[in-house]
Amino acid sequence: MSGASLRRHLTSRVMTVLIVVLSFTAVLALVLILGNLLVKGASSLDWAFFTKSPVPAGQSGGGVANAIAGTILIVGLAGLIGVPVGVGAGMYLAEYGGGRLGFVVRFVADVLNGTPSIVIGIVGWTFIVKPSGGFSALAGSIALAILMIPMLARTTEEMVRLVPHSLREAALALGYPRWRTSLKVVARTALGGIVTGCLVGIARVAGETAPLLFTALGNLNFTTSVTQPMQTLSLQIYVYATGPFDEWHRLAWASALVLMGLVLVISLTARWVTRARYGRIR
Amino acid sequence: MRGIDRSDRIYRRVLTFFALALPALILVMLGVLLVDALPALRRFGPSFLWTSTWDPVAEVYGAAPMIFGTLASSLLALLLAVPLALSVAIFLTEFSPRWLRQPVAFLVELLAAIPSVVYGTWGIFVLIPFLRSYVVPPLKALLGWTPFLQGVFYGNSLLAGGIILAIMIVPYIAAVSREVLLAVPTSQREAALAMGATRWEAVRTAVLPYGRAGLIGAVILGLGRALGETMAVTMVIGNRHDIGVSVLQPAYTMAAAIANEFSEATTGMYQSALVEVGLILFVLTVVVNAIARILIWRVARGAAVGSKAL
Amino acid sequence: MVASANTRLRLETAHLTALFGQHRAVRDVSLLFPAHTVTAIIGPSGCGKSTLLRCLNRMHELTPGASVQGEVLLDNVNIYAADVSPVELRRRIGMVFQRPTPFPTMSIYDNVAAGLRVNGGRRRAALDDAVSRALQQAALWDEVKDRLHTSALDLSGGQQQRLCIARAVAPQPEILLLDEPTASLDPAGTQRIEELCHALKRLYTIVIVTHNMQQAARVSDYTAFMYLGSLIEVGKTNEIFTKPKVEQTEAYITGRFG
Repeated sequence: MSGASLRRHLTSRVMTVLIVVLSFTAVLALVLILGNLLVKGASSLDWAFFTKSPVPAGQSGGGVANAIAGTILIVGLAGLIGVPVGVGAGMYLAEYGGGRLGFVVRFVADVLNGTPSIVIGIVGWTFIVKPSGGFSALAGSIALAILMIPMLARTTEEMVRLVPHSLREAALALGYPRWRTSLKVVARTALGGIVTGCLVGIARVAGETAPLLFTALGNLNFTTSVTQPMQTLSLQIYVYATGPFDEWHRLAWASALVLMGLVLVISLTARWVTRARYGRIR
Repeated sequence: MRGIDRSDRIYRRVLTFFALALPALILVMLGVLLVDALPALRRFGPSFLWTSTWDPVAEVYGAAPMIFGTLASSLLALLLAVPLALSVAIFLTEFSPRWLRQPVAFLVELLAAIPSVVYGTWGIFVLIPFLRSYVVPPLKALLGWTPFLQGVFYGNSLLAGGIILAIMIVPYIAAVSREVLLAVPTSQREAALAMGATRWEAVRTAVLPYGRAGLIGAVILGLGRALGETMAVTMVIGNRHDIGVSVLQPAYTMAAAIANEFSEATTGMYQSALVEVGLILFVLTVVVNAIARILIWRVARGAAVGSKAL
Repeated sequence: MVASANTRLRLETAHLTALFGQHRAVRDVSLLFPAHTVTAIIGPSGCGKSTLLRCLNRMHELTPGASVQGEVLLDNVNIYAADVSPVELRRRIGMVFQRPTPFPTMSIYDNVAAGLRVNGGRRRAALDDAVSRALQQAALWDEVKDRLHTSALDLSGGQQQRLCIARAVAPQPEILLLDEPTASLDPAGTQRIEELCHALKRLYTIVIVTHNMQQAARVSDYTAFMYLGSLIEVGKTNEIFTKPKVEQTEAYITGRFG
């Protein structure tokens, strides 16, 4: 093999190795982070952790029951608001979105999807907290719903567009009216994908902190009243991790582990739904 | 018959109603931001962008350090993230054995699922001590004469912010780049290989140039995400209104400032200034994302890239 | 057209023109479809035969920018009249497409019953009867009677197409439109469906579009030849294929073009 040719092959080898190494560095980062989470957080997960609320600063013990309840409540409420609107908007885009309004809605959804979540928090504060006189879980849920809606609109549209046009035609040829075709044939066929999109959106907002900073604010006590400030795991982690006490740091890791676990469970459920349904739709 | 027409009409109206929520939302958002930022806009005018003073007591506000910090941390993040993310994308599309593809892709995607505040926690307790002990001393020894590594490293710094941001945006750049590379026709690769190119040369000369616009779009998309990141950044960057070239020094970003100071903003002007920062951030991310989308659309047609969970 | 004085007409087109925007895909076609016959429409790609078929159940107008001039008469009533509901019309006319399109989330039973349910049929016993009858007419009953509630996607391509036929005939339409129904099937599947046509014409009036001349010759009583949107010649099938009157017809049949 000539000298130039040898050099080229060597370069190719070197570049390939470099690419592989860099790729696995990315994977390594993930493993490190999750590993740290597990190592530093697992030992603090006891029964008290899940069932008690925070104790006064400086003391040891206490748990994050208030934050877990708060996360479930706020995210759940956000889903109740965000899923119908987001999926509905997505269905509109897929069924009637060819015209000017469709273009506008799609464009706006893309813009909203790229908006930093802290900006949504400001809007939530000005639009809901200020007029209503106080921070509340409801305000937080609305802020999270605003995050969810454009996400779900786009994923729903995508999933519905995947349904072959021939299915729609077959239903119409049978004498299905347009609304029934859309709901009972098209949406039903795309349902797995739509549900996946919703779960993914929920997992995403479950981890959000910024939009809740000035809406739900946080609460050291256990509460289920949506008109009061409420704590979430994400807010709790922020307070504890940036606080001065070692005890708080320990709790921050444990809470982070629980939050990560929650997000993972929802994400994996979403993947499982896709696989279960999409194995068949061809 | 009439009933069918009516049902169709009702259905369409209901869906349209939901769809209208989106333009309504953005109008509300813009309205809120503009109205609340107006006092500050009127008081400071364009000098807000280049004034470095941020004094709540004297009620003088300038966003220059925040804007600088936002751009600097994002740029640093891109510098670190792009080689990693592109490598992942190229690895997955060109070099990876089939059985490895799904697991690796899944793991990289998982990086995007980690909440920002968890990244921040890891940053404070793992990354920063690590940097302090093992990274900064050799860096300073080697390159301490450059202006980028001046000063004492206490931990919270532009460097820490940049690194965390880099890890956070790798999955986004990687996912979009992968889609872009997958859209390159196999014939391009095969033509290069048939001419005797090595594997790397085929990638470099046939695949990458073809997808160049899309890859740049992917990078800009990553930039867009980095610009808006809040929690992880505010937890490690130091939150100081300072402009400095040294990455070892604390810095500030627009998002971090809002997160940090909004609850403490006691006066109307203070709040207004912060909302104006939010407005600037909003406009910046919209522009950057629009550019990214145009570039990506040209290569990997149509799909709602960047709006899925990943 | 060649029909004897006492042949009842179910369907006919009168000066039918179908447009996509300004482009005429079907030009001034007047065609008669006698009851309980199979009429095949043949012609090269792009001659407008599928478009013509889709005008017969008002599917053509679903394409944005598509429009129709002229009339289509079903039992002497123009289906394009202002007071005719396309949705109701399509329940009286069944259609089977090129590719099998079973509803993927529904079982075999639910697929066949789909057309009945949309008409308001709900009683279990009546549905059971209708489903089994339709499946028998489609020659699929024996193969699926023990697994009616399994997914329709488990069937082979040929079986899925017969399922679509069952679905189309379950509401007991008067007309059955087949748009190249065997295009995606293997020879065995094709043969079964061609046999079905013979059996089904006792119950329905069938119009079949096909690009396969041999199929037209095997299956139909009357054949219409179209070219570039116009009806060139129509007549009894064996006459068209043995003694075509128009030169273009002869050219197409002998394979000189198309």
